[in-house]
Amino acid sequence: MTAPEAAALLDEIRRGVECLLFVSPSPLSVREMALALEAEETLVERAVRELVARDPALSGLMVREVAGGFQMSTRPEYAAAVARFVGKRAQKLSRAALECLAIIAYNQPCTLPEVDAIRGVDSSGVAKSLLEKGLIRELGRKDAPGRPVLYGTTEEFLVYFGLRSLDDLPDQAALERLVSERAESLMEGAGEVSVEEARRMVEEVFPPDAPQPGGPARTDSGEPLQPC
Amino acid sequence: MTGRRRGGAARERQDVVPHMAIDLRQESSTGFQVRLQQFEGPLDLLLHLIREQELDIYDIPIARVTDQYLLYLQRMEQLDLDVAGEFLVMAATLIELKSRLLLPRPPAPAVEEGPDPRAELVQRLLEYEKYREVASLLRDQEETCRLLYSRTVEVDPEELPPVPSAAVTTADLLAALKRVLERASAEKAPAAVIPRRRITLRLKMGEILRRLRESGGRLLFHDLFSPERTRTEVVMAFLALLELLRQRRVDAAQERCLGEIVIFQTAGEAAEVAAL
Repeated sequence: MTAPEAAALLDEIRRGVECLLFVSPSPLSVREMALALEAEETLVERAVRELVARDPALSGLMVREVAGGFQMSTRPEYAAAVARFVGKRAQKLSRAALECLAIIAYNQPCTLPEVDAIRGVDSSGVAKSLLEKGLIRELGRKDAPGRPVLYGTTEEFLVYFGLRSLDDLPDQAALERLVSERAESLMEGAGEVSVEEARRMVEEVFPPDAPQPGGPARTDSGEPLQPC
Repeated sequence: MTGRRRGGAARERQDVVPHMAIDLRQESSTGFQVRLQQFEGPLDLLLHLIREQELDIYDIPIARVTDQYLLYLQRMEQLDLDVAGEFLVMAATLIELKSRLLLPRPPAPAVEEGPDPRAELVQRLLEYEKYREVASLLRDQEETCRLLYSRTVEVDPEELPPVPSAAVTTADLLAALKRVLERASAEKAPAAVIPRRRITLRLKMGEILRRLRESGGRLLFHDLFSPERTRTEVVMAFLALLELLRQRRVDAAQERCLGEIVIFQTAGEAAEVAAL
């Protein structure tokens, strides 16, 4: 095949890919598109990547890589116009729902009691609505007392948050760095509880200007109480 | 919450719990504010108190945080908000920590002191904070994606490719049941009064097996319910089907996405029938 012929073929495939992405309600994998177009996967991959990288000035639509495939959507610049036309979108997820999803995404398969333990609150109501929205699904049951249901995130979860895969989320190490950096920036000069700090803690409970019923606090041996 | 309201709360508290009033004085001097926002739980509230005042999470001034925490719970009660049990458990934990830290230490500091009693709480807070970070990251992603509209097509089920695995999940069965129930309620009940019939699971199971035999061992899920009129009958038939599936006397398969679910006799059941 000559170079111009190869270029023409790629153009042809790219237009076909565009058609498939236009009609598909969910992200399409390169393989699915290659099957429909009866074309080589490598060429389809190249064609779809060209679409992803296409000059934004050329179209109000764009192609994004999401959930292990590709999806066509409107460009964010036109969100206001589209919203006026199609009306309100579904409610945003609650913070509780996002926390629950975050924990499940990192620990799947995991049970609700495990989620509750991390959040410090009951998550069953939240989990139910996440199940209904198709953002999590049951993966079976844990071999533990009560045989609790194991949950994991779905492909819809990736689509909803525009993630290519779970690897798009920061890994555990990166997360821990994020949190500890934040903690350390606040920790400057901290160490043992200083005497002053301890005194302040005590004074908060027993204000110095308030009458002290039994005089200064003393230990059993009669030594003055050491602030700790 | 306005400053005026906070002042009002301070006066009220002064009559009841003296040391709470002192906390409120400190509040104005340190710039600490209790905003009555909704917290997701005790850990969320604690983290908020710690981060907002830029306290060192590895060295939490427990006494101060405990008082602020309790203050928050009292405000919640003043506003007749339900204080969930989890918040109270945390309050108890904090008070316990506070009392342990206020106890005099053994005179000889050389003796092994054991782990900091706060360590476990700190660990939980850090673990929770990690996921709170992810949650806010997901929130950003959500905001971005909400600006993008993708096609949402009404798909013709006939056009869908075959299901990769013909296995039917409980969810599929439930969805199918929902469709049948919708149909059952859509069909008008006859005007005549019909005496209530007694329907048992055993009867329904027998009926399903009989109808399977009559139709050559295969039945559409849909047809299983066609003569049913009342919700009770539909529900009993569904339960009977589930029981038969559990006992492996029938099997279910779906040939395409959103397609009809087919119920058929298992080989074992067919053999049993033949033997009779």
